[in-house]
Amino acid sequence: MVRRYGEREALSGVGLSLPAGRTLVVFGPNGAGKTTLLRVLATLLRPHSGRVSVLGSELPDAAWEVRGRVGLLAHEPLLYRELSAVQNLRYHARLHGLDEERVQEMLEAVALHGRSDEPIRTLSRGMVQRVAVARAVLHDPELLLLDEPYANLDPAAVELVSPLIGPRSGRTRVVCSHDPGGGLSEADLVLGLRGGRPELLAEAREVSSERIAELYR
Amino acid sequence: MSATLDTSPATEGERSVARPQPGLWSTVAAVMRKELLVELRTLESVPGMSLFAVTTFVVFHFALNRGSVEGDLAAGILWVTLLFAAILGVNRLFVADADQGGFDCFLLAPVDRTALLIAKAATLLVYLVALELVAVPAFSILLLGPPIGPALGGTVAALALGDLGVAAIGTLVAAMAVRTRARDLLGPLLTLPLFVPIVIGGARCTAPLLELSHRGAPSGRWLTTLGVYDLVFGLIAYALFDFLLED
Repeated sequence: MVRRYGEREALSGVGLSLPAGRTLVVFGPNGAGKTTLLRVLATLLRPHSGRVSVLGSELPDAAWEVRGRVGLLAHEPLLYRELSAVQNLRYHARLHGLDEERVQEMLEAVALHGRSDEPIRTLSRGMVQRVAVARAVLHDPELLLLDEPYANLDPAAVELVSPLIGPRSGRTRVVCSHDPGGGLSEADLVLGLRGGRPELLAEAREVSSERIAELYR
Repeated sequence: MSATLDTSPATEGERSVARPQPGLWSTVAAVMRKELLVELRTLESVPGMSLFAVTTFVVFHFALNRGSVEGDLAAGILWVTLLFAAILGVNRLFVADADQGGFDCFLLAPVDRTALLIAKAATLLVYLVALELVAVPAFSILLLGPPIGPALGGTVAALALGDLGVAAIGTLVAAMAVRTRARDLLGPLLTLPLFVPIVIGGARCTAPLLELSHRGAPSGRWLTTLGVYDLVFGLIAYALFDFLLED
């Protein structure tokens, strides 16, 4: 699969298959192509060549079959800053044909009931990340695309969101990480990117933290 | 290069139960509700547009050194002011979506993308009506010679047709401009030439109504011209909007 920005190849030569329910963790320094990979899988960027199949549907032609079955937790929380947590979640619920009960269930799951009426811009970064997690899994997606999902979260919050987005969530996951130890512990498959090209692709049990650290040198 | 990337589907037993996709109009309602909530919280568009229009009337009042205007001049001032004020709203229309990830969220949802066009155009239409509820009475008090009462019906009809065109063009141009680095410049530069036929049609419709003698009804020919222009740009916006959302 190849994706370019202008003349520059942001991602090329990636070839892998991820079985359902398993976790791919993607490592690589800034600019390695991790976010581009997630955005291609989320159908937000079109691949320029190669073959990309997500949940059995070929991209970009059958992208409409994938939408609604993918949950994206990106660098940005994808929330309207002036709206409250509950207003943001209600908006997303309406876009996915979900009811109010699901919104309340998710607010409870991320322990934000107490401050759900406050604008997002007034919440701490950790709280915003918890709302973003609730937004990403609100529609119960089959595939989760997570870009450093635990950024800004304290250990208690990590514990809180783990059942939703962690290995125990039972979902197929693609996770971008800069944390060799934490990333490897939840990976089934590891992809190491550098300069938009794969430098490492292996089962997690065959990869050491040192090998991951080499990607950053 | 031929390379593959494949994330397999869950087995039939594991796959999420398929939910019915939201319909076009429920999606339009959801987006519009969100738009109006954001505007109520920020008050970024409508107050700015209204204040701009009123201030412009005051400036015209002193610049022309006339206590009142009528006919062609009155119609020209009213339409030019309203369209410049509308540009402020057009420029803000997609900013929150572009800056806060709203586009991504919408594109990830299993909804008809036309809903975003309809909802944004309808939102802009609401802003324009709110603007005119302030601007037309202010124009009548600050500048207009003849009383607005007898001309109100025809003026509202012309404004309604003008608003439809502004909403269609404004939504299309705003969606084009917002993803560029020079969006604050590109929006008005693209919008103004496309608004010229609306100014011409609107002013020609309204001018006879704003004369001291209140000559007749608005010109049917110009009302039709405005209607056709609205229809053409409505269809162009419908045809192009999906491509503007694509990467």
